[in-house]
Amino acid sequence: MSRILFAASTAVAAGVAFAFLLLPLVAIFLRVPLGDLFSQLGNQVFQDALVVSLKTSLIAHVSVLLFGTPTAYLLARKRFFGRGALITLIELPLVLPPAVAGIALLAAFGRFGLLGDELDALGISIGFTQTAVVLAVAFVESPFYVRGAIAAFEGVDPDLIAAARTLGAGPWRVFGRVALPLAVGGLGAASALALARGLGEFGATIIFAGSLQGVTQTLPLAIYAQLDQDFDVALAISALFVLVGAAILVSLKVFGWARHGSISPFRFAPSSLR
Amino acid sequence: MGSARLDITVPLRTFELAVALEVGAETVALVGPSGAGKTTVLKAVAGLVRPSRGWISANGSTWFDSLGKVNRRPEQRAVGYVLQEYALFPHLSVEKNVGFAGGQPRDLLERLGIAGLAKAKPGELSGGERQRVALARALARKPEILLLDEPMAALDPHTRGRVRAELRLLLREVELPAILVTHDFVDAAAVADRIAVLVDGRIVQTGTAEELIAAPAGPFVAELAGGNLLTGNARLRVDGLTEVVLDGGLAIVSTDEATGPVGVVVHPWEISISREEAVDSAQNHVRAPIESIVPVGNRRRVRVGPLTAEVTEASAERLGLKEGEVVVATFKATATRLTALS
Repeated sequence: MSRILFAASTAVAAGVAFAFLLLPLVAIFLRVPLGDLFSQLGNQVFQDALVVSLKTSLIAHVSVLLFGTPTAYLLARKRFFGRGALITLIELPLVLPPAVAGIALLAAFGRFGLLGDELDALGISIGFTQTAVVLAVAFVESPFYVRGAIAAFEGVDPDLIAAARTLGAGPWRVFGRVALPLAVGGLGAASALALARGLGEFGATIIFAGSLQGVTQTLPLAIYAQLDQDFDVALAISALFVLVGAAILVSLKVFGWARHGSISPFRFAPSSLR
Repeated sequence: MGSARLDITVPLRTFELAVALEVGAETVALVGPSGAGKTTVLKAVAGLVRPSRGWISANGSTWFDSLGKVNRRPEQRAVGYVLQEYALFPHLSVEKNVGFAGGQPRDLLERLGIAGLAKAKPGELSGGERQRVALARALARKPEILLLDEPMAALDPHTRGRVRAELRLLLREVELPAILVTHDFVDAAAVADRIAVLVDGRIVQTGTAEELIAAPAGPFVAELAGGNLLTGNARLRVDGLTEVVLDGGLAIVSTDEATGPVGVVVHPWEISISREEAVDSAQNHVRAPIESIVPVGNRRRVRVGPLTAEVTEASAERLGLKEGEVVVATFKATATRLTALS
């Protein structure tokens, strides 16, 4: 009797949870039929925002990969004093409200910020430009990538690294021929999640870069801007995000990047506690 | 023909590893219980672990010297290292694994009889095949010393005997100094020229397998080498012999001098078996039922109480030995070795 009660309770709880999570997503597509979605793609606000988003996300993402991969490799391979503190520091933006990240970026790179005078002297003004968007996106997405990348490199058997070294491989060859190919699955998963997070960036961008159409207005900012202008455009962009997000998750599973088939790739290294 | 010499100290978690070894163009087995520091010795030679003191040299060139501040990186030491479980690169084919150190892998693949597996990935190979790939990869490095860490541990008992013989042959052929780490005395005896027994970071004895069996330097070596090891308490008698009261209460005598807690070592071939206590020169008699009779070649290993005796097949048949029957195991005081227990 108690077994049946237990099974029934869990089923009801799961049903409520799924309904709550799915209903809003389904609602987007019920409001905008797929055909109308495509017709909105001609909208100028949407097109401008798409260009800004793709450009800034791409630059931010490539930078995060270029700087984040060596950082993660270093943190995964070396044991040194302060390692735990450094990892915690990298993770801090994960738990910050994005608005705080925006304020922090303003405080550092804004006209009246920490480096404001120096940048001014060089004739560089970052606030409210596409550079600001890139910085905001990179700042917010990098912890997602670096955490996943640390876990991916830590997953490489240290004996394989040792074997490569005894076979005469220097640090570049060890990295290129052994560590990178063996970690590539985890790096791919981390990269996809970070990219998704970067594309969705809103709070830090609007504070640090503003929302100028065609300059700093990314897709999430365009949704917000169109909310009281043309709700259908906002809906269409939202629908696009749902599709892109689903595509990313499905591709992670299809390529086997999430190592355990049934578990979502939102797994993070427990490295911070080591 | 090369040689390798080392004298190193490495602090480990609970004790200090202090090992001095000289290896000519021969295979020396490091045998000992797990956690004795065997793998650490290999890692130190390969440059993966840095000793706190000492030196390591191969073919006359110094690889490590704490005084001269020499410490070559692993990639600058010509070692052929077969790691535990082989550590083959799972994403590379057999051919690419063997070719990782550079050079043409073809000849080595042929020589080790794995040319047919060139395109296979390590995941598709059997234990024995993996071992050959690991050996080929290590040899492809053109090493001055070979380091083999438990190369037989991952094999099933069937292939083990054949692989032992193959490995012995290969090691003779390459004429390189080789250090073989194993916890199995039989593997060591079958493959190595000399055996060094490592316990808690120290080499307690070095010698051929025969030497270790004949004159074990301590209880650990005795047990490892296959002798009987009993424990008891020793006291000197007025007649000059040592009497040992075994933990079971039985008293035996030995010509070795000792007092206090001791290990008693008797080799199986020193023990004879009879139906009744014989009137002869032997002083030690243990009367107990036969627990088991195991054939080993043309001999029988007979377990009598706490002792294992080895008798010929012919004697076993003549006596009509059967499990469960009470017999007397007899051995001389002169064949009873005593080793102090620390």
